[in-house]
Amino acid sequence: MTKNIMIVGVGGQGTLLASRILGNTLIREGFDVKVSEVHGMSQRGGSVVTYVRYGDKVYSPIIDKGDADIILAFELLEAYRALPYLKEGGKILINNQKMDPMPVITGAAIYPENIEDKISAVANATVIDALMLAKKAGTTKAVNVVLIGLMARESDIPYEKWVETVKTTVPEKFLEVNLRAFDLGYNS
Amino acid sequence: MKKLLLGNAAVARGAYEAGVRVVASYPGTPSTEITEEIVKFDEIYAEWSPNEKVAAEVAIGASIGGARAMSCMKHVGLNVMADPVFTVSYTGVGGGLVFCVADDPGMHSSQNEQDSRHYAEAAKIPMLEPSDSSECKEFTKMAFALSEKFDTPFFIRLSTRVSHSQSLVELCEREDAPLKDYEKNIPKYVMMPANAVKRHVFVEERMNALREFAESSDINALENNGSEIGVITAGIAYEYAKEALGERADFLKLGMVYPLPEKKILDFVKAHKKVYVIEELDPVIETFCKSVGADVIGKDIFTLLGEYTPNMIKAAVLGEAAPRSVSASEPIPVRPPVMCAGCPHRGTFYVLKKLGLVVSGDIGCYTLGAVAPLASVDTTICMGASVSAALGMAKARGAQFNKKLVSVIGDSTFMHSGITGLVDIVYNKGNNTVIILDNSITGMTGHQDNPTTGRTIRGEATKQVDLIKLCQAVGIEHITVADPFDVKNFEKVVKTEVERDEPSVIIAQRPCALLKTVKYSGRCGITDKCRNCKVCMKLGCPAISVKNDKVVIDATQCNGCGLCVNVCPFGAIEKEETV
Repeated sequence: MTKNIMIVGVGGQGTLLASRILGNTLIREGFDVKVSEVHGMSQRGGSVVTYVRYGDKVYSPIIDKGDADIILAFELLEAYRALPYLKEGGKILINNQKMDPMPVITGAAIYPENIEDKISAVANATVIDALMLAKKAGTTKAVNVVLIGLMARESDIPYEKWVETVKTTVPEKFLEVNLRAFDLGYNS
Repeated sequence: MKKLLLGNAAVARGAYEAGVRVVASYPGTPSTEITEEIVKFDEIYAEWSPNEKVAAEVAIGASIGGARAMSCMKHVGLNVMADPVFTVSYTGVGGGLVFCVADDPGMHSSQNEQDSRHYAEAAKIPMLEPSDSSECKEFTKMAFALSEKFDTPFFIRLSTRVSHSQSLVELCEREDAPLKDYEKNIPKYVMMPANAVKRHVFVEERMNALREFAESSDINALENNGSEIGVITAGIAYEYAKEALGERADFLKLGMVYPLPEKKILDFVKAHKKVYVIEELDPVIETFCKSVGADVIGKDIFTLLGEYTPNMIKAAVLGEAAPRSVSASEPIPVRPPVMCAGCPHRGTFYVLKKLGLVVSGDIGCYTLGAVAPLASVDTTICMGASVSAALGMAKARGAQFNKKLVSVIGDSTFMHSGITGLVDIVYNKGNNTVIILDNSITGMTGHQDNPTTGRTIRGEATKQVDLIKLCQAVGIEHITVADPFDVKNFEKVVKTEVERDEPSVIIAQRPCALLKTVKYSGRCGITDKCRNCKVCMKLGCPAISVKNDKVVIDATQCNGCGLCVNVCPFGAIEKEETV
């Protein structure tokens, strides 16, 4: 049975590190894994989507609408945008950070209100303030690792296995702060 | 050992294991990481060439010189290098020669959606198409061996989802592919008519041999599940089709998409009640099937546009509906890519917009100068077109129009193919103003060095092309270097240069804000001197927005570049130093 995890956010938020940690953890668990990323132009502050699929044998590297078991959203509006991809009974994990896209900044569009409530009304949602937790860990740059911690808690892979991958993926000098960030996400 | 690798990294690994010695490329999404990965192997000479044509020629020279060689590019890069490619098909190779081209269905980061498989047929060069990272490695290795066996260059065709998906790859040792002795061989390598006529005969014989290979090789694999439905497919479409249909269809998976195996296809079609050809973009396989009398279903039910998905295939072939899903009950604002906070191009486009100029644009991060609120760029066609197309515009519309017209082109793009346009302006008495956006790096593709940066692909110091001397040598007499963040001066310079009845170049110099060497400090903040005029909103900076009719600066997004401080007419924005 193939499991589907989708990571969504805004270019520059560090979603690629999150998918790397996730992918490496899944391989260590012996799964066949495919990770599909977006590089290039859309990384410049645009919506970014990463698909992670794992199981005995994975074919398609992408996830279709209605097929995601877990959606990990780095930003509220992107969570809302990704909602149609959630499987019935799937879980959506949301960082409540808001980043205005350019059409909202210029006044051409409106950032929808109360997104958390609207998503929670139709789906199994967990909302955290990952930016605050990252600050607590020591750097706003660790938002992505806080969110990985949150996702780790929702996975069926033991805590120690995740920590092992974080240790091998994150540079030595940032390890301590990232482990703190991971724990804050895991225990949030 | 198995490792999770990007398709691009797997191509690099395959080339390494095949004993490749020379790799020359120009960066372009989604192909860039292949050459970046190659650099990790000390045994291989690698370079960023000024453009794809040069890169291909370097690889061709290395092959004639007896080495296994490769050049990698995005689909539109293949257009740039098409000239040598069509003729090296005739000469054949010395050492194995591979051109790896990455298409971009869905145009994640491209200006068109061309299907590079047409080049294989047009140039009579065989093409392999892997569908995952493991095949990326295996097919690349195979391509080098087959290139030498059949005396032909080989194409590897990738698409974005193959290039930028990671899947498991078994790593092997590097083969010893010794440098072949160099032999002068005029009939083979000098393509003047008398020799080329004979080589064309060879090419047609080679095509026959390759067709036989396509029939017999298990790179074109049959997968029998005992179904009445048959699917002919290749590349990423195979993965989607397999995901959608599993064992409910039989598959003919084509690892070699040119030349195609006529007999294998006809046998497969005969053995099934209904046969679908599933391929993204153009009906290349389908057209071939129909040309040999195979009754298949293809673009009648599948789109020519963009990327496919498994659910799309499930619906088309099995008539099964997509799984239920929930969605937002209100419109969700789009989030298009924007220039980063601190981007040097923002200052340039702010001024060009303010002056109301027609902007002949080019390919790079600065294409984003077409996005609101700057919305300054008028045209984007291809690498280098900003310069030459502006000359055409000026010739068509005359001197007055030219005084309202500028070209904008990045440093790397200028080296790629902007210089020839500038020569044309001088030679043919144009009076255009060309702005070279010198941000000290190739930005869009993720920071590659180029001839103007003074560093090679391996980061070694090298001679740096001096843009001023270069423009002078071409015959430009008015060259001004200006900082686009000093908006007052930049505006003055642009006004002066467009008015001039002679050609001119402005070098807008400020490094990319994402470079590690660029260290802006502090954050910008709005003080109570703000009169809410919203001039700063015209910058389109992702950190500046209006909340409850007041301009605010988001401290998590601001990098302290200070451009907004420079444009505020009331001195109401100040830099605050942060710890």
